[in-house]
Amino acid sequence: MFEKALVGGRRYWTLVAVLLAIIGIGFLVYLKQLSYGLGITGMSRDVSWGFYISQFTFLVGVAASAVMLVIPYYLHNYKKFSRIVILGEFLAVSAVTMCILFIFVDMGQPMRIMNVILHPTPNSILFWDSVVLTGYLLLNIIIGWTTLQAEWKETAPPKWVKPLIYLSIPWAISIHTVTAFIYAGLPGRHFWLTAIMAARFLASAFASGPALLILLALILRKYTTFDPGREPILAVSKIVAYAMVTNVFFFLLEVFTAGYSQVPGHLASFEYLFFGLEGHGRLVPLMWISILLAIVAIFLLVVPATRRNETTLKVACIAVFISLWIDKGFGLVIGGFIPNPLERVFEYWPTLPEFIISLAVWATGFLILTILYKIVISVRESIGPGEPAH
Amino acid sequence: MKMDRREFLRIAGLAGLGLGIGTGASGWILSRGIEASEFIPSPNALTAKRWAMVVVLSKFKTEEDYKRVIDACHRFHNVPDIGNPKDEVKWIWTDTYEHVFVGQENEYLPEEFKERPFPLLCNHCTKAPCVRVCPTKATFKRKDGITMQDYHRCIGCRFCMAACPYGARSFNWRDPRPFIKETNPSYPTRTKGVVEKCTYCVELLENGEMPKCVQASKGGLIFGDLMDPNSEVRKVLSENFSMRRKAEMGTGPSVFYIIGGGEEDV
Repeated sequence: MFEKALVGGRRYWTLVAVLLAIIGIGFLVYLKQLSYGLGITGMSRDVSWGFYISQFTFLVGVAASAVMLVIPYYLHNYKKFSRIVILGEFLAVSAVTMCILFIFVDMGQPMRIMNVILHPTPNSILFWDSVVLTGYLLLNIIIGWTTLQAEWKETAPPKWVKPLIYLSIPWAISIHTVTAFIYAGLPGRHFWLTAIMAARFLASAFASGPALLILLALILRKYTTFDPGREPILAVSKIVAYAMVTNVFFFLLEVFTAGYSQVPGHLASFEYLFFGLEGHGRLVPLMWISILLAIVAIFLLVVPATRRNETTLKVACIAVFISLWIDKGFGLVIGGFIPNPLERVFEYWPTLPEFIISLAVWATGFLILTILYKIVISVRESIGPGEPAH
Repeated sequence: MKMDRREFLRIAGLAGLGLGIGTGASGWILSRGIEASEFIPSPNALTAKRWAMVVVLSKFKTEEDYKRVIDACHRFHNVPDIGNPKDEVKWIWTDTYEHVFVGQENEYLPEEFKERPFPLLCNHCTKAPCVRVCPTKATFKRKDGITMQDYHRCIGCRFCMAACPYGARSFNWRDPRPFIKETNPSYPTRTKGVVEKCTYCVELLENGEMPKCVQASKGGLIFGDLMDPNSEVRKVLSENFSMRRKAEMGTGPSVFYIIGGGEEDV
């Protein structure tokens, strides 16, 4: 089946070449980071995690969101998702790969990565995160590949894959729960020390992931023979609407607890992110853009007319994605470090090398996605239109 | 070689016995667990059930008193002076009351008290969050309460830095060696990409010496066994009011601050 990724039109190869070029440049910059050290980034003694770890956190959400297609299709027999469920599974493969790469580029001693396996430490959440992420990656590769192969041969998928699909549902929840636990169990970080963290992570994941999926499906429809159909898109847009509203609700719960209790430790990071603290407010404009986009997105998603209109739906999905990327792929991680445990404010901003390396990791994920989606489309083209057999 | 049945059985039996003993012995060793800090202590070694430090602030009078302590530590441990706060590495440093005892700010404190620097270092917590989160056991707890860092096992994930409520940990954002003025050959320099912090001078205790900062403090830092009711730390703690940083986190910090009163109190 993989041979289908090796034949393609000019547009396909141009995209692959551009992505490879970005990856190549990023790799060279990574070599520089490897020789100089992580000091090449904007991270510091006080903000000791930055862009890499926040991208990782955001992408775990994108990966987990595949479950929003798997549950309706496999548990509720919602047949209309038959054409797009594989898009979700392969998006998860791409996103988890990016997660692993972002952790890797963030390590001070990457050649010692096997120490995590050599000295397994069950009391460390990072140990469990490596377990669930690897497991989720394997599950989605196996499930996606096997079901697509069955589709290609126009047979039902083998029976053994069903239990794996059911297993992938709680597993998807676990990856984002464990990722939230990295933050939510640290005694000295008030911004993260909150029981709702995992729930908030999941809500934002189930909004940002499916929003990206809608956009990807519409791009595929425009440039390829793939047609997701109108109804599945509408169904996914409802999922995005519910999840986005839930996410904002959870966020407001946090704001209430900090704002009404007036406990300084709880307030400080919110103040820094939205108003600036002690004259430092580098993230303030970004955070307000995130809020504004969230409001626009919710309006467009909740009003039926704009949700059903493809143009406004696209705007809504872009707004959801960017809003949540700022919120989780930036503010949540950086905000937790400011002020520092001694209540001093040291700011953070990614450097150019840090940004290029991150871009290359995104390009790697997008390359994997391009190749996997290419295979899906070529398989579908070769068998002609119609519902898959299973 | 010819072998009859009887001989075969004899050899097989012996081999089986050997295998059994070997497995049993290695199983016993593994189940017992090998501590990284396990060794035969030198006869002069200073030992304790739980090491602790008391900072007697009244003994720190001039800037020189702080500098002497910090320099003694940083010189001995090859702590680089990189010269910018972003890449900074520090084992012992100072800050003012409102930053040291966060949440206990009091704007009506005497002026000289608000401005006064407090020495800060790793608290060697009983329930250390850094030890809990480390994915490779590079940060571990010794039986005498010291929180240690294995520079050769650390993968540089910096989870411990996010977990420490005291900002006690430093990361080598770049090669520290060019920034060490005079390298002390009796303590290892570190490589880029690993985390480090105060060790309570474990390597000096093993040779019967007090930590460098304590030696340099002229009585401003008192070091001893918290579990020994006759130790000096217990004596000063029983006679003076003392504070610990963020004790409400449940971390069990083992650095105590005696901040009130004159010199006569201690």
